[in-house]
Amino acid sequence: MTVSELHRYTLSNGLRVVLAPDSTSPVVGVSVHYDVGFRSEPEGRTGFAHLFEHLMFQGSESLEKLAHFRHIQSSGGTFNGSTHPDYTDYFEVLPSAALERALFLEADRMRAPKLTEENLRNQIDVVKEEIRLNVLNRPYGGFPWILLPPVLFQTFPNAHNGYGGFEDLEQATVADCAAFFDTYYAPSNAVLTVAGDFTVEGAQELIEKHFGDVPARPRPERPSFAEPPPAGEIRSDHEDRLAPLPAVALGYRIPDPIDELDAYINYLVLAGVLADGDGSRLQQRLVYGDQLVTDVGAGCGLFGPFEARDPDTFTITAMYSPEVDVDTILTAIDEEIDKLASTPPDAEELAKVTARWAATLHKEHDRLVSRTLALGAFELLYGDPALVYSLPERISAITPDAVSAAAKSLRSDSRAVLTISPAPGAAE
Amino acid sequence: MSRSADEIGRTERGPRPLPPLGEQRAATGLSSVDKVLDNGLRVIAVHQPTVPMIELRLRVPFAGDDPMHAARAEVLAATILTGTDKRDRIAFDTDLALVGGELSAVVDPELLSIGGNALASGFDTLLDVLADALTGATYPDDEVEGERGRLIERITVARSQPSVIARQALQKHRYGDHPFTREMPEASDVAVVEAADVRALHTACVLPRGSVLVLVGDVEPARAIAAVAGALGGWQSDKSASVLPPLPEITPQDLLLVDRPGAVQSQFRLSAQAISRTDPRYPALQLANLAFGGFFSSRLVENIREDKGYTYSARSSLEFTPDGATLLVDTDTASAVTAGALLEIRYELGRMAMVPPTESEVDTVRQYAIGSLLTSTSSQGGLASQIAALAILGLGVDWLTQHPDRLKAVTVEQVAEAALEFFAPTRFTGVIVGDAAKLTALRALGGVTLQ
Repeated sequence: MTVSELHRYTLSNGLRVVLAPDSTSPVVGVSVHYDVGFRSEPEGRTGFAHLFEHLMFQGSESLEKLAHFRHIQSSGGTFNGSTHPDYTDYFEVLPSAALERALFLEADRMRAPKLTEENLRNQIDVVKEEIRLNVLNRPYGGFPWILLPPVLFQTFPNAHNGYGGFEDLEQATVADCAAFFDTYYAPSNAVLTVAGDFTVEGAQELIEKHFGDVPARPRPERPSFAEPPPAGEIRSDHEDRLAPLPAVALGYRIPDPIDELDAYINYLVLAGVLADGDGSRLQQRLVYGDQLVTDVGAGCGLFGPFEARDPDTFTITAMYSPEVDVDTILTAIDEEIDKLASTPPDAEELAKVTARWAATLHKEHDRLVSRTLALGAFELLYGDPALVYSLPERISAITPDAVSAAAKSLRSDSRAVLTISPAPGAAE
Repeated sequence: MSRSADEIGRTERGPRPLPPLGEQRAATGLSSVDKVLDNGLRVIAVHQPTVPMIELRLRVPFAGDDPMHAARAEVLAATILTGTDKRDRIAFDTDLALVGGELSAVVDPELLSIGGNALASGFDTLLDVLADALTGATYPDDEVEGERGRLIERITVARSQPSVIARQALQKHRYGDHPFTREMPEASDVAVVEAADVRALHTACVLPRGSVLVLVGDVEPARAIAAVAGALGGWQSDKSASVLPPLPEITPQDLLLVDRPGAVQSQFRLSAQAISRTDPRYPALQLANLAFGGFFSSRLVENIREDKGYTYSARSSLEFTPDGATLLVDTDTASAVTAGALLEIRYELGRMAMVPPTESEVDTVRQYAIGSLLTSTSSQGGLASQIAALAILGLGVDWLTQHPDRLKAVTVEQVAEAALEFFAPTRFTGVIVGDAAKLTALRALGGVTLQ
């Protein structure tokens, strides 16, 4: 892999900067990660972090509404943003001639976004359509990312719906937006990442020119979202009138992804051994052997690994026939986990997982957008973007005994079990 | 510190000017080989050693007019990688996994597509696994039986998705029962597919002649081609793979309202006849389409999303088949604003014809088309998929590298001609899927027939 030489530094206003030059293709990626996600939104304002992400595209002091999109696209670039449990990212990928433009656009909205009543009302409507599209009007909407957390977690930050309820979204005010911006969108609470075709000196100069005079504001205190794991097996059922088949999601608590990274990676490898590929344990047992389920998957994180702080979730999900009793599936899963807990996986099983992860990370690195975002997220969460490049080595260093120990910790007496039940006669 | 939104939105210095674009460095040329092997398989290998991986895309023309073709083809795709004399399902997965690889097969009314990737060091294994499936798939009875059952459940789940319901309704409305509409077989047809049917279909239709294999990554093209010739030498037939026959032209007609009681959102799927990539008018049409709804800063998105808040996503795109292309206009809107959205979509279509894209709009879409081509082909996977899509239309890497010049040559007048010729509202047909009881306002607008 062409590992970019990484340059890290901090501007006088506290903005952290990561530069990863690589001249393979004449394109650049620019991202800004803000250290606030939907776990930080207040009660009564569910969905606010995501709604605010939409507003950040609606104009700033130098940019009328729609100008942000037009300037990026007329430079030949693409853009997006996304809201996660612990951070919100904004990014664009463009031909390298447009680097200064991208920096200008990100700096302008970090300095002085236009937060207006008209744009807020318009984006509340757009977000409601997004929720109708992705959750309310489709089967399995929000499964499991919205539906599992309230079963596994007790406290509002961890348990609530990050897309938000319509009644909460509708009550959002411009004053809420101003307070949220002033608290969380300080330069000292953000990471700027530039990856791709540029020179370090040239980029540093442009970054100072555009971000240097964004006024410093205090970095907000980051609260702990820690809470104890469930004291038993907590079950919950969700009736889905659009779903034709039942589904189940298991949620387990896992080690702190930041402070106990290697312990966390054990679970990543365990997920691979359990469910990655036709030869994996749960595919063999549940899909092809006992033929209990149509599909099964396992993984760390509700949106993937390395993108949340503690507490994070290990999930196993499956879709199954209405004739099958969910307890039969749970028993089979528990038996497979027990087997791994008592007998460590063999070397070839781990070699398969390790090689597939190496390939996955190469592919991620090859896509400039995912490379830029990974470097920014690792700077934000771990204070170390180079960790991205050490992951294949760390994954391949995991031992069979460590995977076995991870399996042993997935206890049926401390987990969430969410089932989706098709409403009787509703599906066609 | 508590500032108002007004205070946040301005600084002492005031608005700043947009910086100009810098000097754009050109992409380095692609080193590639494009060759037809003795067995009739066209192989395109491109050297792009950005990461030590190899991406593979095989496209086999796979059309069939037998009413059972779609069901058999679906079972074939689900089981082609589950058994040969050398490998069972687990051995397929193990051999691929050990070289960081994956392969999967999907089928549609036009193509059987097998795609995947592996660490470049595992290139020979990847080819060996592919060759084994192409020349030796046995379709074991128990695998066919198992996949048949799972397919029936997956089809049931897929058919509950509004996007699938809408696509099926559009296909039927614009093409009747043409084989092109059979994108997802009936569960009852899948239920009666036997292993012997699938084996016969493989023998008759999984053929090298007329198929294309694209390889992009960290392998020298000459070595890649030689390796393919060696590995796939046993894949032989005198017959050619089965190309989808030309589709009938789309007939403009009323939109069909498909009732989905209880729906909280309506799916719009509109379509009109377009032209293929080799038509001299194509670059102008590509730009006109972008200006209408092909990217975020388009007329359609700025109107119905950013102004009206009717939708989260709206887009127009071109769908290519071997002999032509169609325009698609898609959006999803809440029931209460569905009629309003239809009014605006028709307005924007009419405006394309009557008030064509300005010079500034054309400049924007031109830059976007050139720039996004550059970014989307900068990864191995993106480049492989783009080349595979072109190759099946008979085009190659040259078409891709020359396309920026074609886009630069398009005039504002040519875009206006394309806008009038292809976007006039009278050229469209389509469907709206939603809760008809909540959509009575559509009657006032007309041009919509309830199913």
